[in-house]
Amino acid sequence: MLLIKNGRVIDPSTGGDSTSDILLHDGRIARVSPGIDAKDAEVFDAAGLIVAPGFIDLHCHLREPGDEPAETIETGTRAAARGGFTAVCPMPNTKPVNDNASVTRSIVERAASAASVRVWPIGAASLGSKGESLAEISAMKDAGIVAVTDDGRPIATAKILRHVMEYCRALGLPVIEHCEDPSLFAGAVMREGATSVRLGLSGMPAATESICVSRDIQICALTGCRLHIAHLSTTKSLELVREAKHAGLPVTCEVTPHHFTLTDEDVHYDTRFKMNPPLGSREDREAMLVGLADGAVDAIATDHAPHTRATKEVEFDRAAFGVTGFETALALALEALVHTGRAPLGRVVELFTSGPARVLGIRSSLAEKEPADITIFSTEHRWTFRAEESASRSRNTPFDGRTFRGAPMATIVGGRIVWRRS
Amino acid sequence: MTLRFRHLLALEPLLREDIAFLLDQSKPFQEIQRNPLKKLATLRGKTVALLFFESSTRTRISFSTAAARLGADTMNLQAEASSVKKGESLLDTVRTLDAMKPDVIVMRHSASGAPQFVAERLKIPVINAGDGVHEHPTQGLLDALTIRDRIGHLDGLNVTIIGDIQHSRVARSDIYALARFGCRITLCGPAMWLPRECEQMAPGIRLVPRIEEALRDAQVLIVLRVQTERLLEPGLPLDEYIRLYQMTPGRLAQAQPGALLLHPGPMIRGLEIDPAVADGPQSCILEQVTNGVAVRMALLYLMAGGTPGSGGPGTD
Amino acid sequence: MPMQTREKNQLMTYEEIERTLQRLAHEIVEKTNGAGKVALIGIRRRGVPLARRIARMIEASSGVKLPIGILDITLYRDDLSLVADHPIVQSTDINFPVDDKILILVDDVLYTGRTVRAALNGLFDHGRPRAIQLCVLIDRGHRELPIEATYAGRKVQTTDLEIIEVRLSEIDHEERVMLIERVP
Repeated sequence: MLLIKNGRVIDPSTGGDSTSDILLHDGRIARVSPGIDAKDAEVFDAAGLIVAPGFIDLHCHLREPGDEPAETIETGTRAAARGGFTAVCPMPNTKPVNDNASVTRSIVERAASAASVRVWPIGAASLGSKGESLAEISAMKDAGIVAVTDDGRPIATAKILRHVMEYCRALGLPVIEHCEDPSLFAGAVMREGATSVRLGLSGMPAATESICVSRDIQICALTGCRLHIAHLSTTKSLELVREAKHAGLPVTCEVTPHHFTLTDEDVHYDTRFKMNPPLGSREDREAMLVGLADGAVDAIATDHAPHTRATKEVEFDRAAFGVTGFETALALALEALVHTGRAPLGRVVELFTSGPARVLGIRSSLAEKEPADITIFSTEHRWTFRAEESASRSRNTPFDGRTFRGAPMATIVGGRIVWRRS
Repeated sequence: MTLRFRHLLALEPLLREDIAFLLDQSKPFQEIQRNPLKKLATLRGKTVALLFFESSTRTRISFSTAAARLGADTMNLQAEASSVKKGESLLDTVRTLDAMKPDVIVMRHSASGAPQFVAERLKIPVINAGDGVHEHPTQGLLDALTIRDRIGHLDGLNVTIIGDIQHSRVARSDIYALARFGCRITLCGPAMWLPRECEQMAPGIRLVPRIEEALRDAQVLIVLRVQTERLLEPGLPLDEYIRLYQMTPGRLAQAQPGALLLHPGPMIRGLEIDPAVADGPQSCILEQVTNGVAVRMALLYLMAGGTPGSGGPGTD
Repeated sequence: MPMQTREKNQLMTYEEIERTLQRLAHEIVEKTNGAGKVALIGIRRRGVPLARRIARMIEASSGVKLPIGILDITLYRDDLSLVADHPIVQSTDINFPVDDKILILVDDVLYTGRTVRAALNGLFDHGRPRAIQLCVLIDRGHRELPIEATYAGRKVQTTDLEIIEVRLSEIDHEERVMLIERVP
């Protein structure tokens, strides 16, 4: 038994926001009420802290199986716990690709023994994510996947996308799309603009993403399947998502912390600022912040993409795309949205909890009898993020050395404290 | 004044006074080249590493001539010959260089920013001899020197650069070098190689796709090399390029009388330039080659002075 | 740490410098049989105004107009590998053929002889003169190389702690020779 005392309990699923105690028992929430007294319970003093439903990360790469030097399920989920996440959704672009039930099962089994937090795998939409034929989506669903995607690229053709979406609508799975037009993307290493021209780096225009978003929304309208746009990064893409939502289509989207805090101007041949989609313009960053605040964006997802030194400490052109992100996500969101007064705290909690839950079609709540997955954080704690102290195996973060106000303080999964800030 | 920087990676961060200083320092080295005996012992015992990850005959020979005339030893690392092809990473090359301890590194690489990568990891001064489509700072300096010698100054000149601007490191370095002296720069070429963001590189830059308009009032013409592999990719027919942009005697006549003509070489006669223009009296192409050695001698001389760790003021 | 120095005494006044240069000009004409094949090479910086003055004096007295060259010895120094920041190079300006000429190097102070050694190397890069001679205003001793002045204005006994400063109106806006002492 664990008793969380005197925290400010925020539950976006009910809109609740008050000081209360929460008693956890047998992996579930037993009682939520002020002044709970439980003699045998271990007490967590949450005075001055926020108590929220467990954070869900819709988009990450744990690299296992196949690229364990960069990350493993064990190290990745430890980093996730330090970021306040109680559940993470690893993308299927492992080696081998998670395109069949046996890979899914191996991930689920490995997670059961090694993971600090819940691991909800996402399956490949097509075999090998090659966009040629459908993966074993139904079998993977039975093994535990929560969505499908060919992440790393979009589903290759409109025709395959249509098949996948028709199939997934029947299975009740969302299709997650990494949107980019392959011909505009080819050879590019950052966003096209004044900075790419100045640095002499090959750039892709913002339309690279929105052209694909537009295609996907039209297939969504054709099939009625839930469509989730991963790591949305351009003004135009967000406009298209807004229009689709307005038209009543089942379209959702996520934005990463780096896309709402950095811009292409931050790229100085530093490969820690190289990711896909690339950092956008100032206007794009502003559009992301507006969308996060007003509800057009459904979730904050990290796109935690660890890479070894050997693949990152090379020429910018040759470096792998991707940044790590679990441990800095909440602090960046508080900094960019709450401390600036752009969004109330409850909205940010929603972007990490009920927002992503809605995308997956699951519940996120602090109601009694719900699983005891809880994130406790501070909006005021001052700390400095040091990449070398990260639990991740990789160090490719653009936020090394950054000082923050606000931080995760404890992560509770199934009633057990899996991480606590010391 | 003295050298305010440790590495020469780009001209973009340099001030007008930095560039003027480097041009002034090149003068004594131009004079030495007119001597019957051109070899000095100034850098005797120093080693210059020539690190060419991309094939280049002219720039490499120019740098090795400069090093030889200063009495320095050279260490040649060429991509074809070295282990780069065997998959050795740039980081490994950096470690090897660190162990060999040259006094200056001259580096050419096909990836933009690669010299910065090396400079950030070594205490040895790095001279960028051309990186990807980023910059070619010594070319920018030698072009500025050539123009200054012929006209007597650089202030406020009308300079037109013609060719594939987007993929030209020469264009970028020329723009930064000349714009610091208030040159009004006109960029001219096929529209898809003329990104409008180029206007933001310096004040007063104009983008003019039509060559007739770009040539009007021009006092200096810099014709860029056409990389035929670039022509294939976006599918611009060669004949179209020749028809629209080749520097012919007729077009040269549309610029100011006596306008200077520069070309970074190697040129393809009959493609971007008519042989009559290349060999005509307005052509500065051979002076560019001679000045290239002088500028590189000046840089090697100034930069080989920094002993590792001595640092010194200024920007890196 | 800036070196502490102190002016010890004045070695030469303006008038004494002028008289000494006159004498040197005479000696040059005498020793070179009328200075017919002579060219003067001023070593930067203070050798340059001294060479110009001597040339004017020779022209006034014997009507011979001598060619004057300017030599910057920076690139010929033998101690550059010990210097962290390489000094700025100035122009060398010898716009006449040196072959078969009697070149007279002009400098303000002769000390270790290393400057002259560098100047000799520099001159050889320009061609093959018939002879090279050396003319200095002050010879202060302490040679480290077998080099002697053909024409010396004044010999001064000095210690290692002392510095001779020749101040010329063209460069320093005053005219005298000072003995300076380093204060340890």
